[in-house]
Amino acid sequence: MTNPKTGTTRRGALKTLAGGAAGAASLPLWARFSHAQSAEPIRIGFQVHRTGIGAAYGRWYGRTTEAAAKLINDAGGINGRPVEIVAEDDGTDPKRGAEVVEKFATQHNADVAFGTLFSHVVIGSAPRAGELKLPYFVVSEGHHVASGMLNRYTLQPGITDVKSQVKAMAPFVTENLGKKVTLVFPDYAYGHDHRDFFSAAVEAQGGEVLAKLAIPPSETSFTKYFPKIPRETEVLYHVMVGPGVLTFVKELGEFFGGRGPELFGFIDSLEAVAMDSPGLEFLEGSHFWEGMPRHAQPDQSEFDKYYRAQVGVNDRGAAINDPADVSTYGHMFGCWETLYVIKQAMEAAGYRGPQDRASLVEAVEDITVMPHSREHPQGPKVFNGKTHQVFGQQHISRVENGNLVKVHTTSIEDTFYPDEVDYTKRPL
Amino acid sequence: MSRRARILALHGGLLAVLFAAQFVLPAYHHGNLARIMVLASYALGYNLLFGYTGLLSLGHALFFAAGMYGMALSMQHLEAAPAPALLAGLAAGIAVSALLGLLALRTAGVAFMIVTLMFAQAGHLTILYFGEWTRGDEGFVIAATRRVLWGIDLADPVSRYFAAWGLFAVCLLSTLWLVRRPFGKVLIAIRENEERVRMLGYDPFLHKLGALVVSGTMSAAAGAVYGLLFGYAGATFASVQYSIFPLLWVLLGGAGTVLGPFVGTLFMFYLIDLASGVTTAYMLIAGVVLVALTLFAPQGLMGEVRRRLWGWLP
Repeated sequence: MTNPKTGTTRRGALKTLAGGAAGAASLPLWARFSHAQSAEPIRIGFQVHRTGIGAAYGRWYGRTTEAAAKLINDAGGINGRPVEIVAEDDGTDPKRGAEVVEKFATQHNADVAFGTLFSHVVIGSAPRAGELKLPYFVVSEGHHVASGMLNRYTLQPGITDVKSQVKAMAPFVTENLGKKVTLVFPDYAYGHDHRDFFSAAVEAQGGEVLAKLAIPPSETSFTKYFPKIPRETEVLYHVMVGPGVLTFVKELGEFFGGRGPELFGFIDSLEAVAMDSPGLEFLEGSHFWEGMPRHAQPDQSEFDKYYRAQVGVNDRGAAINDPADVSTYGHMFGCWETLYVIKQAMEAAGYRGPQDRASLVEAVEDITVMPHSREHPQGPKVFNGKTHQVFGQQHISRVENGNLVKVHTTSIEDTFYPDEVDYTKRPL
Repeated sequence: MSRRARILALHGGLLAVLFAAQFVLPAYHHGNLARIMVLASYALGYNLLFGYTGLLSLGHALFFAAGMYGMALSMQHLEAAPAPALLAGLAAGIAVSALLGLLALRTAGVAFMIVTLMFAQAGHLTILYFGEWTRGDEGFVIAATRRVLWGIDLADPVSRYFAAWGLFAVCLLSTLWLVRRPFGKVLIAIRENEERVRMLGYDPFLHKLGALVVSGTMSAAAGAVYGLLFGYAGATFASVQYSIFPLLWVLLGGAGTVLGPFVGTLFMFYLIDLASGVTTAYMLIAGVVLVALTLFAPQGLMGEVRRRLWGWLP
């Protein structure tokens, strides 16, 4: 007679346990959200500039978006449903942008579209989002939303617009740097916005714009423009962007040799560029607008600290695992904050699916105050439901020993300007 | 079946299939096809000059943008209705292509390519320069409420599809008609041997000018309709890549074939669309496929069909 083998052995039990644990860990996301009425994920179409001129921004917009989406999912998702980010590259091109929006609406069955930065892509895509009644949350900084050019379905609740930024900066510039200003800007829409808004704001402060130098977008050398800067200029306001920026700054420094006017610029010029890059030493002592201070400040909020850790950014604003990979810190918080606005509005509207898109837009329009928090690490904000535009604090930093040191923070009220549109009166 | 009947059956059949597709296609592909038909009309215009006349232009975005801005600026600043705005777009296309033709056709070969490229660049920079009117690179939206032509709402997917189909049908049939007329035969003869055409007593300059104006006007019509159907005009459409696109579409589909531009546009659109779903390096896939096609089907897809199967293809 032989002893019959027992059904379970120690080794077998361990195997089963290990298998079960692995199986549980590999459960698809939806299974962890099965308590919700519908376990279907909320699909957020992420229109990302992976290629083309916006690629550096796109890379960091992507990382910020993934970090925020992970946190939202870890905390139970939206209305008990997981969030799924469906990314599509628009090549930073308005034609492809419009196609991507169509793809989100009609092929991916995305609930909303989000994340576009470059203004021409936003303006090219927004008409299609409006026609398809797909809520379209842009993170662009452009004045296009608040100007009334777009439609009821296009909103910008996560980043302030250039008009409010410039308006808030002007008093600091005229009071601290000088009243006689010369503007140097790229000769296209982004530069024209700065030219018009800043000129008006400076004149409102009793300052004077001495010259407005438009640089053609194809320009690669800038020295020939510098003699046109009037000698009595006290402040040179520069907003150059694109690959020519480093050359611009270097040539500017060589031209003035450290004895020129005060410099005031927008960090847009130097997003994704390390402050210790060769040629940037000329910027020592100059001032920059920053949407969110790139270098961690002595009064850093716990929210900024938390946000940096989650996105994977160090105190210098570069990737933790690759300090040479500098982020677009002054802008990318907009993706994080917009995702939390989408979450807040979807929960307020009891959003179930595409049939509730109109209520979602109304729920966003109903938002007014966004307190400084982990959800809004850049700072407190006020949302204007009529113009679909958010307003928030702005920062001015000074370059000191290669560090961006915050020297001024505006109030939210400094950024307000009269409404130019009431989207709530347009049909849904 | 006679050659003529075959040609009519094939091209009429394509138009009928596209017409019928409207009723069966899912929403995404329905929207794509409307866009593809407008872009294919642009490619048809390009093909007339490149495929049939043998003139390689690197500046056709100038004509596409002339039509788009002729239409859009007259709506934006002159409060024009869509019909006169479309006519303004066409008129801009005729004027710009005639002017360009008078200047650029004094050159040939590589010089013609460079001159057309430079003119298109100048056109692009002009749009940026007059940013106050054109909103430069950002461009501007043409509100959906204003895009109503003879009571038809062009922002509606069905009417957009039919409008795109209408434009494509006009461009396809007029190309088909033109290349079978004596004028078209002379263009083909110019492509093959310009000196011999001159010796036979034709004026190559006038014929090339005619081809350039028809080609430019067709491209402008596509630009105007594109802006009207999709509600946006922007300087990107005047940039160099939009001059390269029709060249690629035509080369892929088959230069000098009437159906080639449509096939090339369709192929390229879905190649990019599908490849972007597989990898972020989708332009690499598109590039490899283009190189392979150029190596193994140098006459393009429809060119290969003509070489291997249907020698009668126009």
